Amino acid sequence: MKPRVLIPVALGTNRDGDLADAFEAAGADADRVPLSALRSGEKKLSDYQVLAVPGGFSYGDALGAGRLLGLDLVEWFGEQLNAAVAAEMPIFGVCNGFQALVRAGLLPGNRKAVLSHNQSGRFECRWVTLLPESNSIWTSNLHEPLRCPVAHGEGRFVVDDLAALESSGQIAFRYGAADGSRAGEAYPANPNGSVGDVAGVVDSTGLILGMMPHPEDHILDRQNPLRGRTTGGNCLPLFQAGIRSLVSS
Amino acid sequence: MGQTLSVIVGPGIKSVAGDQLVSSAEMFGLGVKSVTEFTLVHIRAELDSEEVAILVDRLLADALGQWCQPAADKLAVGGDFVIETGLRPGVTDREGAELVRAAGELGIHVKAATMGKRYVIEGDLTSDERTTLAERVLHNTVIERWSLDALPPAFTDGASKSPAVETVAVIGLGEDELAAVNQGRRLGLDPEEMIVIRDHFTALGRNPNDAEIETLAQTWSEHCAHKTFRAHITMDDGTEINGLMKMLRATTEAIDAPWVRSAFVDNAGIVAFDDHFDLALKAETHNHPSALEPFGGSNTGVGGVVRDILGVSAKPIAISDILCFGPEDTDPSDLPDGVLHPKRIRDGVIAGVGDYGNKIGVPNIGGAIVHDSGYTTTPLVFAGCLGLLPTGSNPTNAQPGDSIVVLGGAVGRDGVGGATFSSQTMGVETADVAGSSVQIGDPIVEKGLIDVVLEARDQKLYTAITDCGAGGLSSAVGEMAEELGAEVDLQLVPRKYPGLAPWEVWLSEAQERMVLATSNPDALVALSERWGVGSSVIGTFTGEGRLVVTDGDTSVIDINCEFLHDGRPRRKMAATRPALDRPQRDAGGFDANRALLDLLSHPSIRSNEAVIRTYDHEVMGGTLVRPYGGVAADGPADGTAMIPPGTSGERALAMGIGVNALLGDLNPEAMAWHVVDEAVRNAIVAGADPTQLSLLDNFGWGNPTDPQTLGRLVAAVKGCCDAALALGAPFVSGKDSLYNVFVPPSGVPDPVCSTLVITAVGIVPNIDTVPLTGVVEAGDDIWLVGPAAGALGGSHLDAVLGADGGGEVPQPDVSAIDRHHQMHNAITSGLVRSAHDLSEGGLTVAAAEWAHAGRLGVSINSDSTPEALFGEGAGRYLVEVRPGDSDGFSQLVPSAVKVGSVIEDQVVRVGDVSVPLTEVSAAYIGGAA
Repeated sequence: MKPRVLIPVALGTNRDGDLADAFEAAGADADRVPLSALRSGEKKLSDYQVLAVPGGFSYGDALGAGRLLGLDLVEWFGEQLNAAVAAEMPIFGVCNGFQALVRAGLLPGNRKAVLSHNQSGRFECRWVTLLPESNSIWTSNLHEPLRCPVAHGEGRFVVDDLAALESSGQIAFRYGAADGSRAGEAYPANPNGSVGDVAGVVDSTGLILGMMPHPEDHILDRQNPLRGRTTGGNCLPLFQAGIRSLVSS
Repeated sequence: MGQTLSVIVGPGIKSVAGDQLVSSAEMFGLGVKSVTEFTLVHIRAELDSEEVAILVDRLLADALGQWCQPAADKLAVGGDFVIETGLRPGVTDREGAELVRAAGELGIHVKAATMGKRYVIEGDLTSDERTTLAERVLHNTVIERWSLDALPPAFTDGASKSPAVETVAVIGLGEDELAAVNQGRRLGLDPEEMIVIRDHFTALGRNPNDAEIETLAQTWSEHCAHKTFRAHITMDDGTEINGLMKMLRATTEAIDAPWVRSAFVDNAGIVAFDDHFDLALKAETHNHPSALEPFGGSNTGVGGVVRDILGVSAKPIAISDILCFGPEDTDPSDLPDGVLHPKRIRDGVIAGVGDYGNKIGVPNIGGAIVHDSGYTTTPLVFAGCLGLLPTGSNPTNAQPGDSIVVLGGAVGRDGVGGATFSSQTMGVETADVAGSSVQIGDPIVEKGLIDVVLEARDQKLYTAITDCGAGGLSSAVGEMAEELGAEVDLQLVPRKYPGLAPWEVWLSEAQERMVLATSNPDALVALSERWGVGSSVIGTFTGEGRLVVTDGDTSVIDINCEFLHDGRPRRKMAATRPALDRPQRDAGGFDANRALLDLLSHPSIRSNEAVIRTYDHEVMGGTLVRPYGGVAADGPADGTAMIPPGTSGERALAMGIGVNALLGDLNPEAMAWHVVDEAVRNAIVAGADPTQLSLLDNFGWGNPTDPQTLGRLVAAVKGCCDAALALGAPFVSGKDSLYNVFVPPSGVPDPVCSTLVITAVGIVPNIDTVPLTGVVEAGDDIWLVGPAAGALGGSHLDAVLGADGGGEVPQPDVSAIDRHHQMHNAITSGLVRSAHDLSEGGLTVAAAEWAHAGRLGVSINSDSTPEALFGEGAGRYLVEVRPGDSDGFSQLVPSAVKVGSVIEDQVVRVGDVSVPLTEVSAAYIGGAA
């Protein structure tokens, strides 16, 4: 049986379809479920093997991006989430989903961190290069840079102790320059001014991944704007890794 | 009432020299050193200190980097003075509403909440200058209030109360008295229409209620009824024209394209995409609101057109925006009172377009920005949307007995009278009296509507659907009830706050609402609850042919539907054929290298990449050709393309846009041909098949009661129809915006420059052969398709040289159509590596943009006459072809001439023009905002 991925949809979530497509391309069954159906008990997190919180503007970014969805995760689904974490369920949050996991305290989990307004002060949509580096279930098999778009206004990662996060191996992705070197905190390769070019982090177990860029929008080569000029950077292996971890475990 | 807790959240966002706020202040001569913007939060509740701490900790301030303190306490950040702003009561305040809801989630009862801003300013300003800063830079009177001190919050529950149903006396009134009623209620009706209304109610033996006359005014407004496009027009030479709308429709009928599913009916045109899916197409105008409140105007413009697509049961999959502004360097002292500065309009409009599209999650895949002094007092905002629906899945068969269900938000006093307001000229006082006609959108609610409607469509839960646009329920229910009649009880319509008059509820344009007819209201209501969207059953379709609206037991409206929809007397109008005489070209010499660089930094040509980056053009994962492409994703594409999500992935749709500010007042008929050709060229380069193109028309025009202005409109419509017929590309939907005229206190009207926007949408049969944006490889040949020279009348060259140098404007060219077909054949055969159409600035500008995108040089042989280097005309392309493909290409495109090659040298050479690529790129990018 295919692994089942829960994609919760809050009012204002909008990349749920993209994320479902990516997990399905990786061999999973993805289910877009409105929060109301989770609150009513019609669907439960324990019916699934992966939780993937999608991008968008849940609640219109009111009071800060991801704040109110993060509140929902804690207030409405706290017990289910704790049980899932205890059962070592892989969890993925992308963009607004990452923001919500940070606000809910799941990422990075052991440090204080926020995703603040982009340094440019603007929403930014552009393709970026991602350098994978952690030893998590999601990223350990990624050896080449990935390419995918960012599309956010609040994605500048700030953490109270970057060195500690690095030494615990919790940096999942950094923004890179086109030549594969680190972006060096320079715009636009680092599109938001994140410290240490951090684009994504994992928790201390490596099971929970959050990232600002949208790997779900580069799972087919034809999506690459550089097609016809260069190749590579397809992000499907990221999703396959998350699924494969379940099959092998 | 409860107590009000006001707090301020930091660290705030500081603007210094070079940043947008400080630059805007400088424009008004204000010596501002810095502005730091903080969020103010006003909460009405009875809270103990523990609850306050929870709200701060969980909802207001992050533990890392943010703080929150009582608003009355002194801030650590010093400044010379402060300005506070807050929303007017009744303006959509999503953040305040979410705060109330989230506090409830934490078990804390908050009665009301609203947000504001405090600006802490460094700078030695006089009291008058502080007022200027507040009024012209930091706040907008249409939606906000301001104070140089603490601004008391206005909660929406404090909105004033409106009276109940009133009657409007018309029986026995003469023409002058009717005119006074018309003026007093800002109905915007014609004198003949007032007489027909008077006579209708005289025959009934009663005066109309306020809601009845307002409903008639909305239904008969230019915005809804297209009086000018339906008018009988007599030309000055005696020629009779039986309606411009009829001309456009007759063109579509004559073309009789098999791929058209529906045209000019419903909210959007529908055309075939493949064997399983159709595309819905629509482009709208939102000019008047954008002039007054740029963010809200363009924001709701996008929301409205997305809703139009949803109104034919299609999933919105792409947004476009075409924006026309005055020059950004306009001297503020030259602006009449009541006119916002073009830079402020531009910034606000762009932010509004981005905000809506990004939040609703529909990619913005194309558009254009045009700057011209003809738009200084009358900016134009066009927003388009494409949708996807399974073939034949839009039901349009409401039955007697079906319930009327409204999905979406509650109504308020926002947007009352938008349709009549949009159908009148603007003046210095418009912002004050029409303030309530402008709204702020709520894309989050509309995203929920999309989820509900698409699932309801697939479950076949409704029999008809339309959106609440201008006119609110009055036009939505009114249109759906045209055949059947309906009964509605306004008590069942959810309201944001008490105190609304029945006619205000009926006419409120509160956005993000859809009206559906259904025999299964319970299932529809349950589905909307599942997705977190509001819903209410407000009445039934009766089959009795009357529109009957009550407010509980009180009668509000009882009108015969036939009178409402067919009772309007047809307008008779007069038009003068435009004079087209052009002086012989007599322009002096100029430096062609300099002219190329000036053209590249012309505000209608230069890069808008910085704008596009603030729009999400990637969501849905289907984008194939992006607005900017090439090696560094900073070269302009012609058209754009996307693979609609959920389709086979084997074909794409392509979209091209044509617009021109310079030709419409010189020769509107030739302009229409020119603009249609530009839209088609752009679509061709993005891979579209020219044998299956569909067109949208949008007119942004002046006051049509002026015979000269109407004459230009007639000529432009004729050009549209002739060009479409020659192409075999039908119009499937359109929208006109007239009365784009600013009447300053001096009384001399300032009309918009006559503007036509054409959107061409086509099918890309082979996604693997779509040409790249920008040249690809040194050593490839460059071919020119089309004439070696173009026209200079109304050219962008003259725009940068600063004077009309005379000469003919680009003329209609039927041979261009052959070239479009030839180009497409070469593209689908895989022979075109990259291509770029020749448009603004002609051959040299096209070559320069193309080289910049590919970061390689180009060397092109050409005459060095101004006509060859900079002339503009139809059906012209630059094409990059591998040397080995020469024979194949020239067979498929016999008119093409090999003119040069892509070179390693970083230089753009065209005839005698030679400019280093670094200077080309700097000129093209450097002027970008």
